[in-house]
Amino acid sequence: MFKLVKRLTSVVAMFAVLFTFTTETMAAKKSKTLKNTQKKGFVRCGVSQGLPGFSNADAAGNWTGVDVDVCRAVAAAVLGDSSKVKFTPLSAKERFTALTSNEIDILSRNTTWTLSRDADIGLTFVGVNFYDGQGFMVRKNSGISSVNDFKAGVSACTNLGTTTELNMRDFFNSKGIKYEPVTFEKADEVVAAYDAGRCDTYTTDKSGLAAQRIKLSNPDDHMVLPETISKEPLGPVVRQGDSVWEDIVRWSLNTMIEAEEYGVTSANADSMKTSDNPAVKRLVGAEGELGAALGLDNEWSLRIIKQVGNYGESYKRNIADTGILPDRGPNQLWTKGGILYVPPAR
Amino acid sequence: MNFKKILPQLLTLVVVILVFGFFSYNAQVNMENRGITFGYGFLSQESSFDVQFSLIEYDGSHSYFRAYLVGLLNTILVSVIGIIFATIIGVVVGIARLSKNYLIERTAAIYVEFFRNIPLLLQIFFWYFAALRALPLPEKAEPMFGVFFLTIKGFFIPAFIWNNLDIFIYSVIAAIIAIFFVRAYAKKKQENQGTQTPVLLISIGLLIILPLLSFLLGGVDASIEIPVIEQLSKTSFTYKGGLKLPPELISLALALSLYTATFIAECVRAGVQGVSKGQKEAAASIGLTPNQVLKLVVMPQALRIIIPPTTNQYLNLTKNSSLAAAIAYPDLVLVFAGTALMQTGRAIEIVSITMLTYLTLSITISIFMNWYNKKIAIKEK
Repeated sequence: MFKLVKRLTSVVAMFAVLFTFTTETMAAKKSKTLKNTQKKGFVRCGVSQGLPGFSNADAAGNWTGVDVDVCRAVAAAVLGDSSKVKFTPLSAKERFTALTSNEIDILSRNTTWTLSRDADIGLTFVGVNFYDGQGFMVRKNSGISSVNDFKAGVSACTNLGTTTELNMRDFFNSKGIKYEPVTFEKADEVVAAYDAGRCDTYTTDKSGLAAQRIKLSNPDDHMVLPETISKEPLGPVVRQGDSVWEDIVRWSLNTMIEAEEYGVTSANADSMKTSDNPAVKRLVGAEGELGAALGLDNEWSLRIIKQVGNYGESYKRNIADTGILPDRGPNQLWTKGGILYVPPAR
Repeated sequence: MNFKKILPQLLTLVVVILVFGFFSYNAQVNMENRGITFGYGFLSQESSFDVQFSLIEYDGSHSYFRAYLVGLLNTILVSVIGIIFATIIGVVVGIARLSKNYLIERTAAIYVEFFRNIPLLLQIFFWYFAALRALPLPEKAEPMFGVFFLTIKGFFIPAFIWNNLDIFIYSVIAAIIAIFFVRAYAKKKQENQGTQTPVLLISIGLLIILPLLSFLLGGVDASIEIPVIEQLSKTSFTYKGGLKLPPELISLALALSLYTATFIAECVRAGVQGVSKGQKEAAASIGLTPNQVLKLVVMPQALRIIIPPTTNQYLNLTKNSSLAAAIAYPDLVLVFAGTALMQTGRAIEIVSITMLTYLTLSITISIFMNWYNKKIAIKEK
């Protein structure tokens, strides 16, 4: 009798262990952030305070831009509706704290991927949605046509708390030029101060310069110098410690890029279900069980492409057609001479 | 017996400890979950960012701690300038409010009502961008007295180049100490013999003679460096040499003093009005001149009413100086709680240091003002 009880308990214990193990893996699939997002019914997305082409709100409060589209893609994948995003405009200074303190779940705010940010402060970068580099804007009539024309005493306006501040120092130090950094918390004040003549040059990511130039009183009086002084891979960021959510954001972005590579657009996505190419069929959810691997249904990627479009469509709509940077430069697919290259979705 | 008294205090203590413990535990768990480490070791690391305006030698090769000092000194600088000007404007406007001249009284009243009812941040933006719009470019600046240049890139003023500056400073300190002794001696003499000593004249003489001696005997030597215009590119200029006060400092100090002065003016008005009319009449009736009435009877009593609320205004000004970040003046919040926080990501550490710093600054001002208040309070013998 005693023996039987003992044996029984050991069997029960074994099952218990097995059971907890399986529920554990199920729970892992259901990430906390994913669960919260589905419960709330919207994706909490941190964006800039207004950078045309990347994240910018119109008069009616509709956000557009390539950074915005990353959040919309995640909303389409997770909630089935790309409009279910709550945008939080953040300054450069606030952005990481907002993410680590659980105010937002994705930070998609032209943020440069660096080692210390990735490793040291509880963040994880999931990919690159724009390859950028720091440049300088000057007045055309200044006669400065290259960064080599800067002289000691030059004053440079820029944003506070950015990699720009560090690159600027590296750059001017390497040239042995003493300079005056004037750093503002908000981009609008940088533009206003540069416009008024407080600074000789305005330095930030080249895409940012192109976008902010439109806001100057006489955009045609200014130009961006040809040199690029740094690598600025910009991409979405998530909190460290939720690897499922991290995967969802990463593959939402990758899906957009891969869709462009295979020629799948928002217009033809549905018809691609019957494509001969298995890679295309996987992309629109007609083959494989890729959604389940992320804890989502199998149409997640199809919804991204249909509702947000592929990367090329997003770029054209937000950056090229608005006249910010018509030339895609490095942000072209690897098959077309650019460096956009994502791991295969399979 | 005393238990009833102690119990509520004990309970409060337990609640405080529990609340504090909960928050620190919560922060600890959350930071651990996200792989964030905690520590102040970063303060000795190289900061690798530059600051446009600093009172001490600093560049990106110095440590984060040095960057903290740069920000702190800039905060103190703008607060001190602000407090001095706010006090001067405040006293003048406060007395003007009591003037029997209708025009002066109304002007002062309109100034007070206008400036204290507009949010400070707006005023800072106004003065900054107004300054940027109104000030000339360096090449177009008209020199004031031939050596001062007020431009959009800053206020360029001549600078002293010193030799043996330390000896000069010692001589000034010695003069100040000597003045204290002279004053003490004069007071005693008046109490004992009833004769007055011309303290002011002697003080001014000491302040001139001792530093002058340091020039003649101590090897102190000062020359003046005047800012000279320099071309940076075809259309852009700046000044070299001399001292440069950035436009951010000027507009911030201006906004802070004009705003705080309105409150100080009201304190002064309340203080003077708080001294009863009978006091003035009594003083006049024993033959004191109007100046003596103000100096010996009204002001000592008015100050007692003025000092405590003015202390609050000094504290407010110091704390309000943190709005500097909006217009790129490199104060503690911009340099340390801004750039340094962003570059290190150490939010809890940096914010805690910044909070402690402001607390220390405020308490220091409070202690000084309380000391002064006690000094002028009625001494009952």
